[in-house]
Amino acid sequence: MAQADITQTGAAASAMPARKPVAGFILPLVIFGCFAAVPLLSAFGAESYLLGLVTRVMIFAIAALALDLLVGYGALVSFGHAAFVGIGAYAVGILASHGFGDVLISLPAALLASALFAWLTGIVCLRTRGVYFIMITLAFGQMAFFTASSLAPYGGDDGLTIHARNTIAGFELLDNERFFYYFSLLCLIATYLLCRALVASRFGRVFRGSKENATRMATLGYQVYRFQLTGYVIAGMMGGLSGFLLANATNFVSPAYMSWQRSGELLIMIILGGAGTLHGAIVGTAAFLLLEEWLSGFTEHWKMIFGPLLVLAVLFVPGGIGGIGSALLRRWRRG
Amino acid sequence: MSTALFIVQTLNGLQLGVLLFLIAAGLTLVFGVMDFINLAHGVQYMLGAYLAVMFYALTGNFLFALILALGAALLFGLLLEFVIFRHLYGRDHLDHVIATFGIILFLNQGVKFVWGAAPLTLPMPEMFSGSVALMPGLLYPVWRLVIIGSGLAVAILLYVLVTQTRIGMLVRAGATNANMVSALGVDIRRLFMIVFGFGAMLAGFAGVMIAPILSVEPGMGDTILILAFVVIVIGGIGSIRGAFLAALLIGLVDTLGRSFAVDILRLFMAPSPARTVGPAIASMLIYILMALVLYFRPSGLFPAKGR
Repeated sequence: MAQADITQTGAAASAMPARKPVAGFILPLVIFGCFAAVPLLSAFGAESYLLGLVTRVMIFAIAALALDLLVGYGALVSFGHAAFVGIGAYAVGILASHGFGDVLISLPAALLASALFAWLTGIVCLRTRGVYFIMITLAFGQMAFFTASSLAPYGGDDGLTIHARNTIAGFELLDNERFFYYFSLLCLIATYLLCRALVASRFGRVFRGSKENATRMATLGYQVYRFQLTGYVIAGMMGGLSGFLLANATNFVSPAYMSWQRSGELLIMIILGGAGTLHGAIVGTAAFLLLEEWLSGFTEHWKMIFGPLLVLAVLFVPGGIGGIGSALLRRWRRG
Repeated sequence: MSTALFIVQTLNGLQLGVLLFLIAAGLTLVFGVMDFINLAHGVQYMLGAYLAVMFYALTGNFLFALILALGAALLFGLLLEFVIFRHLYGRDHLDHVIATFGIILFLNQGVKFVWGAAPLTLPMPEMFSGSVALMPGLLYPVWRLVIIGSGLAVAILLYVLVTQTRIGMLVRAGATNANMVSALGVDIRRLFMIVFGFGAMLAGFAGVMIAPILSVEPGMGDTILILAFVVIVIGGIGSIRGAFLAALLIGLVDTLGRSFAVDILRLFMAPSPARTVGPAIASMLIYILMALVLYFRPSGLFPAKGR
């Protein structure tokens, strides 16, 4: 056992200097570079279709990043994360229906509303651990879902149509598909950088430490609960940002945005990408949504292919797509 | 709210409760013994209903359809265990979630592929299709009483199995400390296979029994699965007694809440807001209950000992 540990550490150490920059720095640059290049490529083909699809990927990637912050770094497996997306989207929709259609109002409102919900529910949820945490976040997610379904003045079950995208300080900039695309990309990059900074900070070290051993962190004198609550609120606000963009992208809000299936899909996206690596969350989201789009192009029964693919992925590639990547990299190094 | 209506709704709540128990029993044991999160338990319920429809079409007899569907559900559960689940024990919970979610996607689409997307119906057995007068002016469908009765019978059977037999003793021990049981020389994997197959069969049984009342359609297992998870979490994971009491509690709270929320709110609210808020509160009631229970008793009402 000790022998194996030593060799493993040795291998990791020898791979470290060369590998760390790839995973830590170049890979995210490549990912964001690809996103930035999509509008240039799409000029050759079906532009609005491709832009719309990739915008969707970026929007969900923001929510996935936030969830990865909780799951991958804090072991807080939230099964109600779609609620934040929905709350952000409803903030936009409700304000728009009252004539407030400017980003300067709706974005802060979306962030505040989701932060408030995260704070209130976090106080209760964080009292529990493990599977119970999964279930209690699900419970709050369902409460948000049913609240949205009962908002009769705002469409109830049928959802709410937003008549125009938000203006930015009075200018109708978001109506331009390319502008909206880059606006979403900017939000994604900002979220990513914030997550990275958080994870690397002292805050992040306590947060990650309480994933490994909450009791030890408490003994060291940290109030784990406060750190986790802060993390939960930040992740909730990022979910709200994603909802804000989603409402603008689709010009529509509906309770379906908050359904537990959506929360499940977000979880699958980050597990697929490899929970605990931030770029993995983005890759996983892209893989999930693009695969869904691609398979549904073949047959209406695409889920019969997609489902088994998920099962195979779990059985044979633990660690998700990120796992495949680093396994390939290791093999390539060995020659 | 009249007494008759109250009795009818209470019985409906009991019926939902025993149905939930049939599903939650397997879920909580699988979870308790093997620490395995099986989201696909809900599709086993759906599959039970579909199989019953299929075997009914072949045999034209409800009893034969029931027996054949139970056998098929058992075989299918064992097959799932053999092909997929046994490779996932000891893995992270997230891996369980993703794999079983994949199975849900496949089977929900699979039944659409095989039987079509339109809802199907399973005719009730002739002799139970009528209503019975429980008291003057109160008619109640016999089939719902049959569901309640058979659910209670299964609960008693399970109780005897779990508390009086050797295998039940092993299951209880496994739910408390699987490693210890395994170290004492019990083949915990075989034990689990039995528990799993049995759980799948119970879920299938619930599906067959409810099929004559509800329409049989793809995705019918998804909502009930979430309810069953609520039940096992409130009851305490791994505890059959907890699952039984929590199932009845959830069944009653949900059904009575839905029927009387508006009336109760009207007592201290204007009628029109009560009509809007009532249904929302009614749908949320069980989740509010779960949040409260977990807040005050983080490991459920009747946790299996040693957890």
